[in-house]
Amino acid sequence: MSKIIDGLYYSETHEYVKVEGEMGYVGITDYAQHELGNVVYVDMPEVGDEFEAGDEFGAVESVKAASDLNTPVGGTVEEVNEALEDEPGLINKDAFANWIIKLKLADAGELDGLMDAEAYRKFIGE
Amino acid sequence: MKKTCLHDKHVALGALMSPFGGFDMPIQYAGIVEEHNAVRNAVGVFDVSHMGEVRITGPEAKKYVNHIFTNDINVMKAGDVQYGMMLYPDGGTVDDLLVYKVDENEYFLVINAANIDKDVAWINEQSQGYNVKVDNQSEYYAQLAVQGPEAEKTLLNVLQIDATALTFYTFFTMKCDGEEIIVSRTGYTGEDGFEIYAGHDVIIAMWDKLMAAGVQPCGLGCRDTLRFEVGLPLYGDELSPEISPIVATLGFFVKLDKEEFIGKEACARQKAEGSAKKLVGLELKDKAIPRHGYEVLQGDKVVGYVTTGYRGISVDKSLAMALVDREAGALDNELSVRIRKKVFPAVVVKKKFYKKSYKK
Repeated sequence: MSKIIDGLYYSETHEYVKVEGEMGYVGITDYAQHELGNVVYVDMPEVGDEFEAGDEFGAVESVKAASDLNTPVGGTVEEVNEALEDEPGLINKDAFANWIIKLKLADAGELDGLMDAEAYRKFIGE
Repeated sequence: MKKTCLHDKHVALGALMSPFGGFDMPIQYAGIVEEHNAVRNAVGVFDVSHMGEVRITGPEAKKYVNHIFTNDINVMKAGDVQYGMMLYPDGGTVDDLLVYKVDENEYFLVINAANIDKDVAWINEQSQGYNVKVDNQSEYYAQLAVQGPEAEKTLLNVLQIDATALTFYTFFTMKCDGEEIIVSRTGYTGEDGFEIYAGHDVIIAMWDKLMAAGVQPCGLGCRDTLRFEVGLPLYGDELSPEISPIVATLGFFVKLDKEEFIGKEACARQKAEGSAKKLVGLELKDKAIPRHGYEVLQGDKVVGYVTTGYRGISVDKSLAMALVDREAGALDNELSVRIRKKVFPAVVVKKKFYKKSYKK
């Protein structure tokens, strides 16, 4: 059974958003990391890049395949998780602790269109 | 979708299953990295029952196999195995395969799963006028590949098969539960190892013994990373009707001094004149991973595409095999690979990224 954390927002493409004030931490869910297998590379954007909700902002790669990353919410990249550059496998160890980008949210109202923990659990059929 | 006789076992083990070559095959069990390392460092077992087997018998078997096969079977003794290709007259590859010499009048061919129908049709067509019998035994045979430095010990201790006398690319047949099985010192991982061909019941029993002994089951995921790191081609990626073995720099397995074989003239011409394209190795300086189909550039010009690429597991580098314009493919040339929106520098290297450890 995948780990799912209450209080986060979830997308149908298996990203989560953890909101702190006007910032949103975006990463992939535990379910997603499990489906991917060993993560060997994370393609991250630059600080200052701007994205709209649904935009592709990078990719997370397992041995076998590359999966696009889509941000569930729009905003400006304030920080990328540089630890993933040296150790992408951190995502397998704890996908929720190891967020990928920190966004300054453009419109907190966009969060309303995302799933909560309970809805996401149903979505992945667990 | 076809299933191997071990399909239920894979599902019960919780393997990630995916279609390959018309079969529903296990891609991974514990994970590609763990399985890959088991084979490099200890031992792992693969269900490769999807592979096809064709037996050629008859007084003209030797002459006929030499006609459709690029390698020179004249030098084979009974009990030898050879690797090579079947080609179209234009040099394009029908398939790459292993040929086992049973005796002068009997050869056992091992072909790729995805190509079974095509190959059998091709082999039958070309056999017109030769006094041979072509028998597609793909449904009868299941196959296990036991690979890794501890493979010999595993065969002996777990399966009671003493294969210590086998040298690289040789085989023997033996009785197992009243059935004749084939054991060869061959594989597709760059490590020492064996391939065992037998009927379904024998293979199922062997699989169960290997699992009970704690041998790591390995999926096609790590089979691909293992073969890639040592520069072995995969039909469909590095060989195809459009890619001849000369283009794939596998000329060693194409014996142009042989009297005749289908595709010989085309290969001789490609070798003499230089083929337009060439398969090369690429090493990236960054960690970004080149994948099948990504563009390879020289300056702003697209000069080819990636055929297979990985972040190496035994080699901590981002690597690719790529089919590029001949001039662009010179060793040490600086090229680049387009990965999503960015372009990453790459240098042309030998495509044996990791050293093979065969027991010769």
